[in-house]
Amino acid sequence: MKRFGALPVFALVSLAVLAAAPLVGGGVSLDVVFHPLPRDPASMIFWQIRLPRVLLGWVAGAGLAAAGMVFQAIFRNSLATPYTLGVSAGASLGAALGMRLGLGGLLLGFSVMNLSAMAGALIAIGLVYGLTRLRRECSTATMLLAGVAVNFLFASLILLIQYSADFYDTFRILRWLMGGLEMVGFSAPLRALIVVAPVALVLALMSFELNLLTIGEELAISRGMAVARVRSVLFFLVSLMVGVVVSICGPIGFVGLMCPHICRLIVGADHRRLLPATLLFGGAFLVVCDTAARTLFAPTELPVGIFTSLLGGPFFLWLLLKPSRAGTAAV
Amino acid sequence: MMPPALEIESLSFSINGASILKDIRVTIGSGEKWSIIGANGAGKSTLLKCLLRIHPDWTGSVHLFGRCLDDYSQRNLARKVAYVPQPGDDQRFPFTVRQFVAMGRYAYSGMFATAHKDDDAVVTRAMQQARILEFGDRTLDTLSGGERQKVFIAAALAQQADLLLLDEPTAFLDYRHQAEVSRILGEINQHNGATIVAVTHDVNAAILTDGLVLALKQGNMAWIGPAADLTQPGRLEDIFNTSFRLIEDPVTGRRLVVPQEAGQ
Repeated sequence: MKRFGALPVFALVSLAVLAAAPLVGGGVSLDVVFHPLPRDPASMIFWQIRLPRVLLGWVAGAGLAAAGMVFQAIFRNSLATPYTLGVSAGASLGAALGMRLGLGGLLLGFSVMNLSAMAGALIAIGLVYGLTRLRRECSTATMLLAGVAVNFLFASLILLIQYSADFYDTFRILRWLMGGLEMVGFSAPLRALIVVAPVALVLALMSFELNLLTIGEELAISRGMAVARVRSVLFFLVSLMVGVVVSICGPIGFVGLMCPHICRLIVGADHRRLLPATLLFGGAFLVVCDTAARTLFAPTELPVGIFTSLLGGPFFLWLLLKPSRAGTAAV
Repeated sequence: MMPPALEIESLSFSINGASILKDIRVTIGSGEKWSIIGANGAGKSTLLKCLLRIHPDWTGSVHLFGRCLDDYSQRNLARKVAYVPQPGDDQRFPFTVRQFVAMGRYAYSGMFATAHKDDDAVVTRAMQQARILEFGDRTLDTLSGGERQKVFIAAALAQQADLLLLDEPTAFLDYRHQAEVSRILGEINQHNGATIVAVTHDVNAAILTDGLVLALKQGNMAWIGPAADLTQPGRLEDIFNTSFRLIEDPVTGRRLVVPQEAGQ
């Protein structure tokens, strides 16, 4: 049992959340789960709206949390996340551009919007990583400043796109930028799953490499790892994941900050445990946040991105300011 | 006959046009103990990093155990050469000591991160030899500098390499830990037959190690010879550009150095 530590608990809690969340909120009883009726509003709410939304939230949360975990390993810093590094913004720009140009069509099963979001994420990672490497040390300050710069750049480009769009597109982009999981049907969760599941699998196979990245580049090289190649592969994989999630749900912030950090406190830094814990926790976390966002002020729904940012902002400040032991300093 | 651990021929290295190492030539025999000494900025650490491919773009030729360094894959290189970096690069994530030491086994892990079958035994033996078996479950950030240094040595041992490169292994340690680390390194040299190359700015550490010495000065080779000859007149003054006084250890008869105070 010691070998797996808290992981079974993570799995149980995550499954429980997944099972319970679609039933929370009015209009749905257990009856429709086991005896769904065609054309029955309650059945349709459960099967067409609630369940897909919860599944999407779970997959998106798991993907964003895992992306944060990978960035934290590469930058050796627990403040590195898709959101703070500007990678979400890059993906948003790509997606907004796709929306504005009204590009349709599919390529290998992905919409142009998915693909342009992935490209945007990749460009943002390249930019922010290049900026950090310009200074030879990768301090928290350098990394956050590079992230802020990239965020500004992409935010202004997104504004430019919005400005040039008509009322309808502007609102659509704005609403989507707030982050939300309101999708009808199973196509959205499936599209997210098709990317997040294989990427998570490859990340699991790369646990050793992720561990070595966290102990530092020079030491990792001396242990026999081809650091540059591993890093490129990881950047690519995470861009795919962030790109597809952001293009579906918008840039939901701070999931990638809070979840890996909390999991690290519970299961430790070894990625063989940290990755499954982060996936399970991240999925459950976003589902809980979304369930709260849609029920707390019912009948009004909050976009879940606003909700996670309200939680994440203070958490970020706490991480930045907490008194640190010598070895765990974020700075 | 065992080929030499390292045959370095005219190794040069520069960063952005600034020359850091110039025409280094040295042959380090298998099983020997070497110290690389020199003032700050002489290029000592850089030389180690060139050999480890942390700095890959040097010129010249290096043979490692008879084979050209370029012929080693990164993994095979790690099976031959292990590295203990300079203390100070802090570890920010809560790995346990045992997890950290086990990372030295990367070069032996198979595809899909499957563990090598004797990993556990090797890791335990390495921790035993570095005298850290009792704090295997503690996390790195709770260790003192001396304990931390032993953990890094254990991780290098887990690589089962024949050549150990160490950067200032005793620089920031208290006297007890200095003695302990020196004893552990001596044991690794004697029992495991590993070749040991340690960078140090401390002349007395080199003398007490009692092996061979490569002295660097502003990226050039200044001197090569046995550690006992370091105290010959004028030699240290030439390497470090400062004056020294010699004192004799009444027990061993070895001559050690005291730096001359400024203004004298």
